[in-house]
Amino acid sequence: MTGFTREQLGWTPWLEPLAADELTDEHREALVDRARAASPYFRLLARDPRILHARTVTDNDIFHNADGGLPRAERELAATATSRRNGCVFCASVHARFAAHHSRRPGDVQRLLDEGVHAWQDDRWRAIIDASAALTATPGELTVGHLAALRAAGLDDLEISDVINAAAFFNWANRLMLSLGEPVKEEDR
Amino acid sequence: MTLDIPDSASTSGAAGTADVIDLLAGITPGSSLDRLRHRRPGAREHAQRSFDALFAPDAETEVTLVERNAIAAFVTGLHRDAPAAGFYAERLAGLAPGLSAAVRAEVEAGAATGPYGVYPPGVAAPGESAEGPRYRTGDPGALGARLTAAFEHAHLLVFRPREASREALDALRRAGWSSTGIVTLSQLVAFLSFQVRVAAGLRLLGAAA
Repeated sequence: MTGFTREQLGWTPWLEPLAADELTDEHREALVDRARAASPYFRLLARDPRILHARTVTDNDIFHNADGGLPRAERELAATATSRRNGCVFCASVHARFAAHHSRRPGDVQRLLDEGVHAWQDDRWRAIIDASAALTATPGELTVGHLAALRAAGLDDLEISDVINAAAFFNWANRLMLSLGEPVKEEDR
Repeated sequence: MTLDIPDSASTSGAAGTADVIDLLAGITPGSSLDRLRHRRPGAREHAQRSFDALFAPDAETEVTLVERNAIAAFVTGLHRDAPAAGFYAERLAGLAPGLSAAVRAEVEAGAATGPYGVYPPGVAAPGESAEGPRYRTGDPGALGARLTAAFEHAHLLVFRPREASREALDALRRAGWSSTGIVTLSQLVAFLSFQVRVAAGLRLLGAAA
């Protein structure tokens, strides 16, 4: 098993995905992006196509809706912090790459992976990571203090709601990836 | 009732009558939070469609409605989020009143603070691994074999998802869960983990405005 990394990892399922030739039109529609038929993760989730489709469109709007709000880099930062806190190595690897690419701050993202959510960050990233980690706790630990820190760092309410959506969504995504299979190093596949 | 309920919700049965996140977060039409949610219309609509897919399913072949609502009452009870826990407890009481007391007892027995769990060797610094309770149901007789296995798996996913394993899925299989049923169960626990957090976060944002 690999540690937290920004390298490209594979993921291998513990249950049998649908075979590519078993996919009906309903399954293909549920994948949203047809290229996902190549992914064992999405072909496994296609066993319940209605929830897969709704999950995927929710995901896309939270991370890709460009109508104002939090920059993509910081939505990905919230996803990475959540994945790091829950312990989803695969999710953290994907979204750390996105966060590093969009922010052009690979060193700060790598420190989050290496040392965890308490690693040093500047005030704005500190506030986003702290809010994401607090929302990831069960029971929830998000307080008005976290919201005040986000506002002090310059976030408006739409941007704060993007942090909430991104961190909440990764509490969904992490539990799917962790419960149904495991990451593998690409060279081991 | 908000104005942006998708038409498809009305075709998905009794569950698709109102936006559940709005209900749990106390969001009213025209409020500032309502306007914020309108800025992410795809997320808002499809979070609700996710609820409909899980709680007004096309078929109960793999996971029954009673099982879905019992698991939801347990998962939201473990989150100790009063609006969500009350919402799903009420649904369960309507569908299977005989199960309510047993589920309440399991919520109490399963109380914990997460995420915790031990990482596989080499994944994180040894100091990051944190032992915590590995819940077993207190009254398997009251829940039956399938729900007993589902509750133990749900507790694992809620509090120590990093400890999820192939063996945990084997335990579900032995209790009669199929591969497709396990996918739906994972989606159910994972979706509720999202729904509770969005609603709690927005509720706090509304209160702090």
